[in-house]
Amino acid sequence: MVGRVGESATKRRFWLTFFLAPHLIGMLIMLVIPIVASFILSFAEWDLLTPARWVGLDNYANLLNSPDFWTALGHTCFYIIGYLPIVLVLGLTLALLLNQKLKGLLFFRTAYFMPVVSSWVAVALLWRWLLNPRYGLINYGLGLVGLQGPNWIYDPNWSLPSIIFAGIWKDLGFVMMLLLGGLQAIPQEYYEAAKIDGAGGYKLLMRITLPLLSPTIFFVVVISLINSFQVFDQVYVMTGGGPAGSSQVLVGEIVNNAFSYSKFGYASAISWVLFALIMGVTVVQWRLQKRFVHYQ
Amino acid sequence: MRQATNGLAEIKPKQERIVLGSSYTRLLKSLVIFIKYLALIVFALFALMPFAWMLSTSLKPAGEVLSVTPSFIPANPTLANYTAIAEAFPIGRILINSVVVAIIITGGQILFCSMAAFAFARIPFKGREVLFILYLATLMIPQQVTITPLFILMTGLGWVNTYQGLILPGIFSAFGVFLMRQSFMSFPREYEEAAFLDGATYWTVFRKLVLPLSRPALATLSVLAFMSAWNAFLWPLFVTRDADIMTLPVALATLQGRWTTQWNLVMAGAVLAVTPILLLYIFAQRYFVQGMTMSGLKG
Repeated sequence: MVGRVGESATKRRFWLTFFLAPHLIGMLIMLVIPIVASFILSFAEWDLLTPARWVGLDNYANLLNSPDFWTALGHTCFYIIGYLPIVLVLGLTLALLLNQKLKGLLFFRTAYFMPVVSSWVAVALLWRWLLNPRYGLINYGLGLVGLQGPNWIYDPNWSLPSIIFAGIWKDLGFVMMLLLGGLQAIPQEYYEAAKIDGAGGYKLLMRITLPLLSPTIFFVVVISLINSFQVFDQVYVMTGGGPAGSSQVLVGEIVNNAFSYSKFGYASAISWVLFALIMGVTVVQWRLQKRFVHYQ
Repeated sequence: MRQATNGLAEIKPKQERIVLGSSYTRLLKSLVIFIKYLALIVFALFALMPFAWMLSTSLKPAGEVLSVTPSFIPANPTLANYTAIAEAFPIGRILINSVVVAIIITGGQILFCSMAAFAFARIPFKGREVLFILYLATLMIPQQVTITPLFILMTGLGWVNTYQGLILPGIFSAFGVFLMRQSFMSFPREYEEAAFLDGATYWTVFRKLVLPLSRPALATLSVLAFMSAWNAFLWPLFVTRDADIMTLPVALATLQGRWTTQWNLVMAGAVLAVTPILLLYIFAQRYFVQGMTMSGLKG
């Protein structure tokens, strides 16, 4: 806690205020106060028109008794189960392909990452169009190989899978890039040593690459789960939660309750349950990783 | 002697096998390379074809869009869709909104985050570590938690449907502070000590020494802030009401509601939304990748 030589405490306090205060005040108003307010609000009912009413744990109790909440949670989980394994396996395949000495890899890497930086709204609209039952490119393609494509977002059984397909397309490059970073961090010596011992490609993958990549894979799973719990933009644009609520997700419930029904307390309660779920899953994963993740 | 001949006879076919084997492995090797490129190309088509389809649809006249035998190349390419959305929407205004909002948020993040990061990295004060950990802790709270009270706050301030309501919540990010602090911590203090001895103030050191040395981190933060502001949807959806104040993603979502079947118009809007960010990405690829893999953020 020693300052610079010859620096007066007043002067330092001035500079500290000058540098830190703008951001700190902004954080307080835009983030910290809303976080606290949201927590308090989750124990109240307020529609902004009539005075707020303290309801204790009612919001949370209503939520646990609400079929809409459980359905939305179920859809969120369905999304994760459909999305995560595919994006992980394809992302790993791509990362392994890109982690080689081949020409033109920069082009491929650039191409794969393009969906990642694009706006979700634009991408969701694009996929709505691609999945259009009658004029969409996908059903046309399926028709060429003699398959009758489903009604996608208009069919309650296919609305969530449609959203999953769009999610995989958009996030694949992101997962690939994270895994590629992990692959490039594996020291080359391990492979050379194993090759001298006569290990083949498959053995190298199973015995060296995957174990040493496990911290990155773990990181990808954590990040993907956190992001998947918060899925919203694509759902809002592609299906609006429909048809017949068949693709409603948790954040959609928050937006509906705040936006359409002015149930701000209830909406806050859902957001805290969402936070608790994210934290819970992350903690469980931290526990599990001790068993599956190998650090060098 | 006989045994020796036998021995030779045994060796000979083996040698032949090695010769055969080497051309066989070479063939196998080029086959493997071919398969790898094939896989790379298939994935590239998977990533790029939807973009091509978006562009192609945006250039087609209405009659050509709803065709049961779609083609990637428009038979009669036209820019009419772009002028049509400009007539139905103040699209110029919306584009300017998007650009201005994204630029102000980026500039604000650069200024305020790097200033705060400088305080955390270089100005000693009581409780600095604790405060920084609290900063990091806010990163774990999802945006959806704060959005309801933030909306109520903006309603109270009368800032719903205003630029300040749209912009201010995007400026103060703990991640930006974290990123800049990492960079500031990585270079030695000796330069600054010398500058301080010459009588420089903290501001001079920050402006003339620390910031120029942190250009890569600044670039990473800039592209990241710009991208998330440009693509932001949930908060702008809450806080904007009129087309005059909307950003492109919100306007696009509305556009779709209005013209459910006019995909040529919707795709023209989508092209407008993705082109600027894709161009920026192609020119500043390194910083995009760095920033996004660091933050775990997705578009």
